[in-house]
Amino acid sequence: MKEFLTRRKLLTSGAITIGGLALSGCDPLSRSPEFRSFLRSGEKLTMGAQRALMVGQPLAREFSERDISPIFKANGTKDPNTAAYKALVDAGFSNWSLRIDGLVDNPQSYSLLDLRALPARTQITRHDCVEGWSAIGKWKGVQLGPLLQTASLKPNARFAVMHCADNYGGGADMYYESIDLVDGFHPQTILAYELNGHPLDVSHGAPLRLRVERQLGYKQAKYLMRIEIVERLDGFGRGKGGYWEDRGYEWYAGI
Amino acid sequence: MTMQSSSETIYRHTRIVRIAHWINALCFLLLLMSGLQIFNAHPRLYWGQFGADHDTPWLAISGGVPWQFTLPGMRDLGTGRNWHFFFAWALVLNGVVYLAFNIFNRHFQRDILPKTDELKPAHLWEEVVHHAKFKRITGAAAKNYNTLQKLAYVAVIFVLFPLIILTGLTMSPGFNAIAPILLDIFGGRQSARSLHFIAANLLVAFLVIHLIEVVVAGAWNEIRSMITGKFVVPQSATVAEDAP
Repeated sequence: MKEFLTRRKLLTSGAITIGGLALSGCDPLSRSPEFRSFLRSGEKLTMGAQRALMVGQPLAREFSERDISPIFKANGTKDPNTAAYKALVDAGFSNWSLRIDGLVDNPQSYSLLDLRALPARTQITRHDCVEGWSAIGKWKGVQLGPLLQTASLKPNARFAVMHCADNYGGGADMYYESIDLVDGFHPQTILAYELNGHPLDVSHGAPLRLRVERQLGYKQAKYLMRIEIVERLDGFGRGKGGYWEDRGYEWYAGI
Repeated sequence: MTMQSSSETIYRHTRIVRIAHWINALCFLLLLMSGLQIFNAHPRLYWGQFGADHDTPWLAISGGVPWQFTLPGMRDLGTGRNWHFFFAWALVLNGVVYLAFNIFNRHFQRDILPKTDELKPAHLWEEVVHHAKFKRITGAAAKNYNTLQKLAYVAVIFVLFPLIILTGLTMSPGFNAIAPILLDIFGGRQSARSLHFIAANLLVAFLVIHLIEVVVAGAWNEIRSMITGKFVVPQSATVAEDAP
């Protein structure tokens, strides 16, 4: 009996030790680049599974006017606060233009008036922040797909990189984002210039922001200046395809 | 007193059950802790389709849960999400293998689904009283799961885990486009987030009771049976192992 108790004690304390080591080992593991990339294999599985199930490119849910959030929370950069951006605001964005270039045959440049003159799409959709909150708003803008068609993509075009006017938190890195052409040509992927019937205000991304409705909030790049069509993402920022992606968030933000 | 010699040893858990149990335990612990990391990014819960700072939460934990309970152990949402989604896949795939094997070999039908006469109120009440006394079940009765135990396993396997997986998927904007019906079933993304949190709490409650019952039933014997499969049937009269 004595031996039995000893053995039991040994095993119990052993199990507790192993458990404790395993848990306290999680934080060093989190910091190991190899382990991080192992953990991030889940992202490939998620993207592969969701894309395979997105037969016929289904739409994100669109809501009715009465579902709209009373206040649409502004997050991330609420004012780029740079001299160049202030000049744009002071001029009412009359001197602003959006360039579409990179791997295209016909680079484009659109003023805000140009974009407003194009056929518009209005959609009441839900914005999901990676933090967990959601807000519903009515967006109006131009579908990205036809703009890309007008620019005529070269055969090796794979991604659209959104260059923005803000440097989040005042740091050295400008905000940028990227989507692939599956989302680029999705009917709900729009360049929005209105929220809830009003021109975008500065806190929500004036004069133009991306809406890519089947992904999280950090993909919805604000303060758009330029859309660059590219084959690879490793030449931008720290090479992960977006400001938050460079800081440990998934490139595929569908979950 | 030689307990081993006078007692009967049975083969209680198949290899697939044992492996699935420990994978599930690991996944659940990591998902719980990384889930609390994600919760802490916005420690407020709402009902309905939307909910943010200006809306009214039904639960708000100022500052979130203590970082000792989260994975990683400090504010790091990106890494927490990496842990969460990796082990969500592991939990789901492990669960699918477990379900497939144990439905096919009829373990569920035979050992986990309660029999009709077990569900009679008188019988259930008898078990409730027995449980309330924290009395060890012995002899032939210990060879099978008791009815409350069966009901708890059915609730966890067929209600809470499906609920937590489906409400998790309902928070995914990509999956919303694939299966918008989930938004209707759960009443919106923020409701799904609340239900996900509630289901996690209920699974923790199950875990606490599960661990208490393991101790009541004989911790070493129970843990060993889930590692080696061998279970020593407790005898009724003389349980001398607690004697000094």
